[in-house]
Amino acid sequence: MAVMNNVDAVRTTLHDALTNDPRTLIMGEDVGARGNVFLITKGFLEEFGPERIIDTPLAEASIVGVAIGMAMEGLRPIAEIQFADFIYPAFNQIVGEAAKTRYRSNGDYTCPLVIRTPYGGGVRGALSHSVSIEALFYHVPGLKIVAPSTPADIKGLLTAAIEDPDPVLFLEHKKTYRLVKGEVPEGRYVIPIGKADVKKSGTQATVVSYGLYAHQALEAAQRLETEGISIEVIDLRSIRPMDKTTILASVRKTRKLLIIHEDNKFGGIGAEISAMVTEEAFFDLDAPVKRLCGPDVPAMGYALPLEEEFMISTDRMAQAIREMAAF
Amino acid sequence: MAKTASKSLTAIDRQGLSDDQLIWLLRNMLLQRQIDNRGFQLNRQGKIPFALGSEGHEALQAGAALAFARGQDVLVPYYRDLGLVLGVGFTPLDMLNSMFARAEDQSGGRQFPNHYTKKEAGLLSISSIIAAHLPHAVGVAYAFKLRKETGRAVLATFGEGSTSQGEWHESMNFAAVHHLPIVFMCENNGVAISTPQSMQMNIIDVIDKAPGYGMPGVICDGRDPIATYATVKAALDNARTGGGPTLVEAKCFRFLAHSTDDDDRTYRSHDDVRAERANDPVPVFTQLLLDAGIVDDDAVAALKKSVLDETNHATDTAEANAFAPASSLYTHVFEGAYEPWL
Repeated sequence: MAVMNNVDAVRTTLHDALTNDPRTLIMGEDVGARGNVFLITKGFLEEFGPERIIDTPLAEASIVGVAIGMAMEGLRPIAEIQFADFIYPAFNQIVGEAAKTRYRSNGDYTCPLVIRTPYGGGVRGALSHSVSIEALFYHVPGLKIVAPSTPADIKGLLTAAIEDPDPVLFLEHKKTYRLVKGEVPEGRYVIPIGKADVKKSGTQATVVSYGLYAHQALEAAQRLETEGISIEVIDLRSIRPMDKTTILASVRKTRKLLIIHEDNKFGGIGAEISAMVTEEAFFDLDAPVKRLCGPDVPAMGYALPLEEEFMISTDRMAQAIREMAAF
Repeated sequence: MAKTASKSLTAIDRQGLSDDQLIWLLRNMLLQRQIDNRGFQLNRQGKIPFALGSEGHEALQAGAALAFARGQDVLVPYYRDLGLVLGVGFTPLDMLNSMFARAEDQSGGRQFPNHYTKKEAGLLSISSIIAAHLPHAVGVAYAFKLRKETGRAVLATFGEGSTSQGEWHESMNFAAVHHLPIVFMCENNGVAISTPQSMQMNIIDVIDKAPGYGMPGVICDGRDPIATYATVKAALDNARTGGGPTLVEAKCFRFLAHSTDDDDRTYRSHDDVRAERANDPVPVFTQLLLDAGIVDDDAVAALKKSVLDETNHATDTAEANAFAPASSLYTHVFEGAYEPWL
């Protein structure tokens, strides 16, 4: 198994798809000669040509909208929104069009489309290069949302997303791009969308997270192990569909649940998980479900203290988990 | 009905069309008007909740439909396009099943009437959101180009109000940058529900926008099916042979209110609407073919009877069909099984 970082995992998976399936193409801002602003598609233009590596006009609605038409016509477009913060102009195309294509045509047309986008903070990205967008799309039936955090999960889930017959929003936490390294299986590797992963098993409380915070939560749990506290850590990987089975099995074992995410708390992913667990496993719980999330402010600021105040440190996570275990 | 090209035709330039093709145009126009009227009748009878008419657009839609190559081109219409979709293979029964929201409707009773979809006819599924379909049309055209499927083109239509949307601009621009095989046809009836063109744009002709994209713009009289056919045919042929996109503007008039839920007396004079009836394309074109000797009164009566019979049959069949069942609410959200109450 090769060891690589998250950027390389995205790159190699895209490269495999372009090599293996002539229906695939990549379109977005600066994906060609520049090779994407994070250099994910570097060299692709030379290898696959300008018809399959498309530097689009600077217009997100049509990046997604044109990709929808391609998908309806049988191609397998992989559209890129340069930063998740820039996805708002494409909101109608994603929510009003892509997510409803199959439904409104009674299955006559499908929309096998992947929209990749880097999201998340901790990189001094300020108001418009740091947001989390998953909750805005979480409410939408017809759309799948995936946010893997490790190189192997990226390979497995990006492959699944590209092969999926329905639209998938594929979120890449930009701080993990070069920070996170790991082993990646060789050859074709697919992880089914909708399956969470128990990254660490434990008995005293369950922590559910995803993205950058899945790594910090795992680190916090490992620290607590030295204090004799046994914590189970679940990385959601797929945000929608939600892996109810894995979450409920864990909560029924540990009887306590803490959800940690970077996106702000109100109406976030944690709210839905909390509601689901309360409906399904209330009598198995020994403590109220808790959420440790971003604050309800428009975004994290550019100044370091503003960013640090928004982001949740591993220490804060460890303390919240400690309190949950002690409840 | 004459079977060969009439020698007596001097009043019109038939643009190479045979008598049969000219009669096809007339029949499409009559059929569209008949079904439009049926929709309003059924609504007023309380049998269907909503209908929307294309009355006044018949000529340009018949002409564009004749220029469309079935089994080859793709049509991405907007909602006021009944004659166009009928002309490419959406049937009267498809339309009536849609009006009655029957299980047999192409959308399974999900969509409003006039939100056509029919993949086997090359008819792309659309939503109600203005101009949201145009990037899709561009994507289909891009696929044709990528796969080197020369000889195929996309015909995408919209009203003049759509040209205010960002996605209209983005689609024109993307198509021009990539020199795609697509024809954008604006059915300019001068009013978007109630808002006049003068409040949408500070120009008279929509095609004045085309040069800004590096794209040719061609204007035609949308009340004339032959002129519209010739204009759209030339643009489609150009697209099919690598000539890139064209913006066509077909000027017309909307005789009916926006829909059965609209009352156009609140925003325009019905004296003006009545005055426009002098240019109503259906009687004008009928008279043109009569004067040219391509049809006679009996032939016109037979055509009218045939479209009425077809409409009645479609109405009776669709009315006898069942609603889309409640259980179908849960199908086709994703491929395969889906649990909607997770």
